[in-house]
Amino acid sequence: MSNAGPPQDAKAPSGGSEPHAVGEREGNKSALLKLDSLSRHFGGLKVLQDVNLEIPQGGIFGLIGPNGAGKTTVFNLITGLLAPTGGRIAFNGQPLAGRAPHDITRLGIARTFQNIRLFRDMSLLENVMVGFHAQLKYGSLGLLAGSGLFRSEERRARERAQELLSWVKLDHKASDTADNLSYGEQRKLELARALATNPQLLLLDEPVAGMNSSEKVELMVEIRNISARGYTIFMIEHDMRFVMGLCGDIAVLNFGRIIARGTPDAIRSDPQVIEAYLGREEDEASLDATGVSA
Amino acid sequence: MIDWFNNFWAVYSNLVLSLGTNALLALSIYLTLACGMLAIANAAFMGIGAYTAALLTVNYGAPFPFVLAAGMAAPALMAFLIGKPTLRLSGVYLAMATLAFGEVVRIVILNADSITGGALGLNGIPQLTQWWHVALAVLITLALLWRLRRSRVGRAFESIKEDETAAGLMGINVAGYKMLAFVLGAAIAGLAGALNAHLTFFIGPGEYGFDRAVEILTMAILGGIGHLSGPVIGAVIITLLPELLRSLAGFRGVVNGFILVLIVLFLPKGIWDPARFRQWFGKSGRQT
Repeated sequence: MSNAGPPQDAKAPSGGSEPHAVGEREGNKSALLKLDSLSRHFGGLKVLQDVNLEIPQGGIFGLIGPNGAGKTTVFNLITGLLAPTGGRIAFNGQPLAGRAPHDITRLGIARTFQNIRLFRDMSLLENVMVGFHAQLKYGSLGLLAGSGLFRSEERRARERAQELLSWVKLDHKASDTADNLSYGEQRKLELARALATNPQLLLLDEPVAGMNSSEKVELMVEIRNISARGYTIFMIEHDMRFVMGLCGDIAVLNFGRIIARGTPDAIRSDPQVIEAYLGREEDEASLDATGVSA
Repeated sequence: MIDWFNNFWAVYSNLVLSLGTNALLALSIYLTLACGMLAIANAAFMGIGAYTAALLTVNYGAPFPFVLAAGMAAPALMAFLIGKPTLRLSGVYLAMATLAFGEVVRIVILNADSITGGALGLNGIPQLTQWWHVALAVLITLALLWRLRRSRVGRAFESIKEDETAAGLMGINVAGYKMLAFVLGAAIAGLAGALNAHLTFFIGPGEYGFDRAVEILTMAILGGIGHLSGPVIGAVIITLLPELLRSLAGFRGVVNGFILVLIVLFLPKGIWDPARFRQWFGKSGRQT
């Protein structure tokens, strides 16, 4: 809990003196996350082929693509749930290869899931407090003795959890069971829980899937606020209006390859993108059947 | 009054003390269940603890506190060794692997006659366990587990039980915490075994087999694993029920089983289920 605040703390110095911050990571202009000719095969199925992607620090980055294009696989590779068949992933210049998911989380990457994965029988507050796990610094002796450090750390985690719940406007339900929340609220809780791990990079996997339009608008505001607090956001989304409204920088994935990258306007008018979405609909379903995007 | 108590204690002291050791056993399996693992090696861990402790007392006359510590350390070490390969398994597969381990332990004890006395068991273990040893062991275990529940460790256990993948992505070392739960559970089961061995004069390999493994699991499930009271209540019921039904003689086993089936049928989450209590009392309006 040493750096209790959002990661502005971590990158506060770069606020006034940008040239200095860039100079630290010479060459690739402070890419927070770098995917280098990344590929992943499932048997003979090449879900990702030679994906190169650099995500700069700050801002909201979007990855779109038709069903089964391999978007969720990208997240699973970044978070260590899957090992790449080839290629490298670097976060802040550090290679992620061979690291366990919990290690990668501790480096500062958090994610939400397309099919929400909350701890359903736990209260909202407990859900978020689980996210503080690695930041609670009391040792096992302090825990057993119920030392002052143990109590103060637990109290701070509780307060911070309450604060994060207030960010997504769920603080009034803190002691409810997560299972009792509506669909939109569950997504927001998942967001708060991911923020609790104190990430630099927040991966959102289809954050508005299954939401109605008023919930979507609400979440859009929520995500803008979070971005304004200094978190870098990388989202996968189907909903075009949502992505175009939030992201200044978008990449398009189709059949495991990046086919375009640019501003929303550039993406909208890219002929390859239009073909990926409007043409050749008939062969999309077959990839999806492998459960790749689940 | 004092006479009455003395009489009562003379007849029932063993029963009262086995309430305590059974509560320890139920709490030992509660730990792994709370972490989402169906590991049923606790009878074997109890056996390892019991034999380690009894052999130290009988052969070397070691001091009792040391004996108890060794009775916890031996199964904990064993749990660490078998946990490495088996804790990768989940669900039924973990249950099968741990059950098989239990059989291996029983058969090794049975066949190592020169050390363990084989099928004849170990006789003449001095009765070193006092009632307050058992009471203290239960209290310390409860205090420890209560503290764990309300810390990051308890939350880690619970989150692993609910969704292992999501727990890992919260920065929790899933494999490490599973191992912690398994090893701690083994140590508590070993303590119960060591205390029990010094109560009963005699231990034999049959006491730590499949029947005992299932009994331990039943105590925890019956009482409920949503709260620490659950396993303790389950242990009390499983220990006392056969005694209360003694007058039924031949039908005792049938009625005993029937009552257990009824409880499991109508209270699937165990007798002590905080969520159901909340539903019954007070907050019912806010649910649904």
